[in-house]
Amino acid sequence: MTATDPSINAPGHYGRFGGRFVPEALMGALAELDSAFEEARSSPDFVERMAYLRRDYGGRPTKLYFAERLTDRGEGARIYLKREDLAHTGSHKLCNVLGQGLLTERMGKRRLIAETGAGQHGVATATIAALLGMECRIYMGEEDTRRQHLNVVRMELMGAEVVPVTAGTRTLKDAINEAMRDWVTNVDSTHYLIGSVVGPHPFPLMVREFVKVIGQEVRDEVRQREGRLPDAVVACVGGGSNAMGIFHPFIEDDDVRLVGVEAGGEGVDGTRHAATLSGGTEGILHGARSFVLQDEYGQVRPTHSVSAGLDYPGVGPEHAWLRDSGRGEYVAATDTEALEGFRLLCELEGIIPALEPAHAVVPALRLASELGPGGIVVLNLSGRGDKDVDEVERILAQLAGHR
Amino acid sequence: MSVVPDNAVARGIRAANDDGRAALVIYLPAGYPDLVTSRQCLEAAADGGADVLEVGFPYSDPLMDGPTIQAANQVALDHGYTPADDFAMCVELTGSVPIPALVMTYYNVAWHYGGVDRLDAFASAAADAGLCGAILPDLPAEEGGPWRSVAAKSGLSTVFFTSPSSSDDRLAAAAEASTGFVYATSTMGVTGKRQSLSEMAAPLVSRLRAVTERPVCVGIGVTTAAHAREVAGFADGVIVGSAAVHAVTEGGPKAVRALVADLAEGCRRGYGRP
Repeated sequence: MTATDPSINAPGHYGRFGGRFVPEALMGALAELDSAFEEARSSPDFVERMAYLRRDYGGRPTKLYFAERLTDRGEGARIYLKREDLAHTGSHKLCNVLGQGLLTERMGKRRLIAETGAGQHGVATATIAALLGMECRIYMGEEDTRRQHLNVVRMELMGAEVVPVTAGTRTLKDAINEAMRDWVTNVDSTHYLIGSVVGPHPFPLMVREFVKVIGQEVRDEVRQREGRLPDAVVACVGGGSNAMGIFHPFIEDDDVRLVGVEAGGEGVDGTRHAATLSGGTEGILHGARSFVLQDEYGQVRPTHSVSAGLDYPGVGPEHAWLRDSGRGEYVAATDTEALEGFRLLCELEGIIPALEPAHAVVPALRLASELGPGGIVVLNLSGRGDKDVDEVERILAQLAGHR
Repeated sequence: MSVVPDNAVARGIRAANDDGRAALVIYLPAGYPDLVTSRQCLEAAADGGADVLEVGFPYSDPLMDGPTIQAANQVALDHGYTPADDFAMCVELTGSVPIPALVMTYYNVAWHYGGVDRLDAFASAAADAGLCGAILPDLPAEEGGPWRSVAAKSGLSTVFFTSPSSSDDRLAAAAEASTGFVYATSTMGVTGKRQSLSEMAAPLVSRLRAVTERPVCVGIGVTTAAHAREVAGFADGVIVGSAAVHAVTEGGPKAVRALVADLAEGCRRGYGRP
């Protein structure tokens, strides 16, 4: 099959997914954002400033590293790691916040708000707010402020105000609700810097355009080194920004498999997981039609993942379309598999990964073995794991106690 | 008045206007503090002088709502009530009150009733429960086509939102899509009690007057009889939610009746006196 980008024909819609299901109060701001983005993306001064900051401030392009020992372990295809963990702030998140931050400046707004789960997007937003001299407030589920305390400190050091959200399940989805409520109230002065390819149009499209540099770099680098495109790119999927970033430039290359790995928690058969495409149903959440983890009445379910960044009951509408059209493959890795991936990268490669991309390691090994020697797999190592060290230590101690 | 509206919601509002007052629209969530009491509170609101009722069906992620309504919704959800339970309550409610009632919920709840993407099932159930229309605060006019068509088939009135930030084109589109009344949000923000009424409400209503003859009701932050009186000076209807929920919490049906009587007095005294 040949897949083409459906959003070219119907802006904001990906097949039957996407759209703008938000209170009327936000529709003006979305239209303003849409036209500001369309104007900026073709404006040389915007494009040049973003390229300059990506390079000199953000550390792009990030390296593509051949993971030799991990490859040996897989006994199959060559595994490359796209080292987003080496970018400034320690994850791929800077691409998106840089783009949206510069756009906010262009719209004449001086206040940024954002939601965060693991804290990586909050840290990236606080970083850009400091760089651009903007006021910044980050909404973070109370549960996550505990799990990711180090990131709370980092955000505060850069001058952001971190607001613990105590509503609902006290995690990422509730932080998004709270940020939306703030935005409805302060839309004249404030830009809501959404951290993933989710939300109402133009967010899924705009965020994708800002993060697709990841896949473009991979494409160039793999071609140079291997003389061809990879057989598969693999990435973890929560909302799905790092995955969309690496997938999108390959969508029209039918021979490149696009494999998304969702958070399987304690198993997709039960309810203690966050694997929206594997275990969810269609619905409307946070402004877009997509897949949602919800009950039969449309009430959004609490989710669970060892990784705060994947602990989200929705997923970007373009991922829903990729899955629906068969172009994307989506699998789930359990908490246990994620911890195994975490350990493997630590012990075999001397890289401490974030728990989010750690989910993609075991599925990448499986793919490598399936493809066999001669194959090429690229795993998007979307962030580094310093933030997770305490949590991993706590879980390992718990597991040891159970033995 | 020149045109007689063809639906119970608009007729209810115009009847109040013909009687020399702004219509009073009261929102209360189904299932708070429990299903039976919520029905009694809605009946008390009708008894106290409300002209239209809005029955909230709780949703897990109510992003247009402030803390008061969020908390009440959560109580109802924690009881485990389903939309079918809420509709069953509405059957009794609409059988006992002489005024029109609408359901107010988020789009995903309506979309899931009776299966995935079954707005038609939701609309039929609402009509069967004696409800006259529905309000879906996260459904803007341009995504509203499917809902408008099933609502029309089931004889339900539609209500779309307008905001001080809406362009004139958007005001016209929302008004055109709204057969019951046009919901004018008094301020930029979520539901909740406010100290004073926003200065943005009156200009929004006068902008709406330029594009529609349909009834315009003002909500979000209308808290006291003084606010109601002020809004009655320029709008066809006054919508009160969080303050009514607060009355439920404080004193159940009796407190609701007293608050509504007070608000209704404001709607009469202020009507047509900007």
